[in-house]
Parts: sequence; structure tokens; C-alpha cells
Amino acid sequence: MTVFNARKISYFPGCSLATSARESNESLKAFFNQYDIDLIDVPDWNCCGSSSVHSINMELGEYLPSRNLALAPPGRPLLAACPSCYLRLRQSRIAIGEDSRARDQYRAMWGKPFDPNLRIITFFELLADLADAGAFENRGNRLKGLKFAPYYGCMLARPPKMRREKNFFGLMEKVLVSLGAEPVRWAHQARCCGTFLSVSRPDIAAASVQKIMDGAFRSGAECIVTACAMCHLNLEIRSKLPGRTPVLYFSELLSLAEGFGPGRGWFSKHLIDPRPLLRARHLMG
Amino acid sequence: MNPIVSLSNPSGFSGEIMEQTGVNTGLCWQCKCCSGGCPFSDFMDYLPNQVIRLIQLGLKEEALGCATMWICVGCHTCSMECPVGIDMAAVNDGLRQMCREAGRKPAEPDIMAFHKEVTHSIHRYGRTHKLEIMMRYKMHKGNWLADFNVGLRMLSKRKLDLMPSKVNNVGAVRRLFEKTGETIR
Repeated sequence: MTVFNARKISYFPGCSLATSARESNESLKAFFNQYDIDLIDVPDWNCCGSSSVHSINMELGEYLPSRNLALAPPGRPLLAACPSCYLRLRQSRIAIGEDSRARDQYRAMWGKPFDPNLRIITFFELLADLADAGAFENRGNRLKGLKFAPYYGCMLARPPKMRREKNFFGLMEKVLVSLGAEPVRWAHQARCCGTFLSVSRPDIAAASVQKIMDGAFRSGAECIVTACAMCHLNLEIRSKLPGRTPVLYFSELLSLAEGFGPGRGWFSKHLIDPRPLLRARHLMG
Repeated sequence: MNPIVSLSNPSGFSGEIMEQTGVNTGLCWQCKCCSGGCPFSDFMDYLPNQVIRLIQLGLKEEALGCATMWICVGCHTCSMECPVGIDMAAVNDGLRQMCREAGRKPAEPDIMAFHKEVTHSIHRYGRTHKLEIMMRYKMHKGNWLADFNVGLRMLSKRKLDLMPSKVNNVGAVRRLFEKTGETIR
């Protein structure tokens, strides 16, 4: 069964999308609503631990996601909107699944057995199913000629235990090209943005971001497209180039391409204003 | 004579790392693909493959004192490059934790301070509250003017919420902290 057949999907927004990156959250939900896919928030979800908890306390880094696994209702896939939350949830799930002591502990902690059938998916997995089902064929050419730099950051890289899993490299290009846009070829699409170093060692994050933004500029892209709130924030706040390339969420661009965006306040939250570009491309009024 | 590196049964410091992280660093043959792929290797004191070598040679002091594990953000680019599938991010997790448990001063105290602020925020609310994390981190640094502009722009664009998003049953989250002995000052 494809994920697409499941009309009700448990949804884990994560801290960034629930707060600072609300525009990513709203555009994602708006997009899937169009396809009659219901995203239902995991009740009372907690932070997955982010990049920090597992960095200093590995045990706690495994426990925090496990509460969310226990809260997710059975029989529905669990969609993690943020690539980083996805990895934390998946890694916790793998660690518990392969160790009988951890499974016993899980049962003792949450009063229910570990569900080995709980499927944790990314936004990309759902989108790939939609694409395979032909959802993006004959959808008009709203993005015609828009030159974009697909930016995956570290979301394609995974720990060795997950290295044989399906990877969605090229999906942004596949979907956006079918809507008329043109990808550029560039060198930095899988270069990490620096995540938390943006706060604790801004010199390092800025150096990485500078390479990415400079690469996008030189490639001739009109915009960079990302699916990650952390990448989005870092590219915007740590870039020092004049005439910086706007950074759009993949879900924002999809919503615009399908003609039901933008929602109120999506683009006013961007530090690099994408509206002049979008108006010039007749994607918004 | 005992070999320095035993593939099947790592002992000494390699054994401790395997115990802590499940990663057998004895498998590494020093091809340096990890270091070639690492986007932040320019800022590390030891390259990722050199950290593995320190572990293989049992040089615990040097390994726990290095900056590399703190600079690593866990992007997993190195793991994708590694021909034997060594989980370098997990090794760095293990080293950081050992450094902390040993009560050693981390080579990058600011990065440790940031991780602690995030962890404490989760203890407080069950979720991260970015504005408070930033403010408390600034208190730690004592440098209020650094990044002042960035903070103001984020506030004006409403990218930093004034109020935290909270878990209702925050007690359940705090019990996980107690279980792992994570104390909050």
C-alpha cells in the first residue's frame, strides 16, 4: 500500500514549524488539504530533542522521541514535517525496535507495547507517492521558466543504519519541472547549512552559508528551494551577499503553483523578500 | 604481540566507544573519505578520521579534549562517504557524553552551553522556546551586542515567538530527564 492511500495521517510538526516557521507548516497543510489528505497533529507531542539533546545525553535523546511514538495512534503513518525531527524519530524507533530490553522499557514507560508497524515518513515520501499517482501531470504551467536551485542540505545524508532506505534525491526537481520550473545545476545542493553552529559558532555557519548562497547566485537561480526550516533560517540570517537570492519553502512554491497561495503572512516572515520575484512571475498579486 | 587494532573484539578505549555507541571503530582503515566529505573539517583540530585513529590507539585524553566532536553537527555526510559504514556522528555523541561524564571542560564551551540551554528549554516546556534559548545563551556569553541585528530582524518578522509552545503533560517529559539523571540547574 502506498502512503497516499492513507487519507488520515498523523502529523508531527516539530518546534520550528509550530512556531518560527509557521509559514512552512501552513503551506504544507494547505497543500495536502487539496488532495484530501488529513494531517492530524499527534496529541500533546513533545520536542524530539533537536540536535542538542542526543549531543550531550544519548539516552535522553532516545527517550524524548519515544513519547511521541507512543502518542501516535495505531494504523496511521506518522509524518514528520521537519527532516531533522524525522531522523530523531526514526533513529529512536530503530534503536527500540532492535533491542528487546529497550522494547520492555518502552512498554513500562508508556503502558503499551512498542508498535513495530508504525511507519514514519517524510513530506517527500508522501509527495513521491502523489507524483507516482500522476498528481502533478497536466497541472498547468504556473511556474513556467522559474529558475530554481534545489537545496537538500543534509536531508539526503543518513546514518549507516538507514543507508539502504529509499532516498528522494531529485524529487524537488521532478515535481517542480512538471509544473514548469527549471532547475539549475549547482554544487552545493547537499551541503549542510551548519544548523546550531549558527548560534554557537556563527563564524563557521556563515562560512558554509556563504558558499551555498554564492553558489546559488552564480548558478543563475532566481530562488533557492528548501524543505527544511533550519536551512531556511540559516540561509536567510547568515548570508551577507548583496542582492541575495530569495529562499522559498518547497511547500510554499507547490501551493503557489497549484494556485491556492499565498496564505496571509507567509512571505512577510521571510527575511529575504521573495515577493518582487513572485509578482514578476505572476505567482501572486 | 597484541595487535593495536582488533576488528572483532575492540578492547580498551575502542571497546568503551563500542559499548557506548555500538560503533566498531576498529573497522576504519583510514581512507579519509569522512574528512573529505565533512563540510566543517576546516574548523576542526583533528579530522574525523584522525579522531577515529585516536580511539584506535587508545589515546583517550586527546580524544576527549578535541574540538572536532563539538564542531560536528551530525549532518551524516561522512557516514554517506564511509565505505565500511562507520557512524561518525554516533561516535561524536559518545565522545561528548564521555567528556561530560568525566567532568572535563569541553574544547568548545559555547557549543556545550547552547546544547544545555536547548535541553533545559525542553525540560521547562516540553518543547524548545527559541527566544528564551537565545536570551539565556546570550547571558552565558555576556555579549549582548553580537548578532543584535539578526535578533531584531527575527523579532520584527515574528520569527521568534514571545511565548513558548508548551506540552500539557510536561511532567511526563520531565520524568524522562529524571530517568537519565539529567539535572537542571
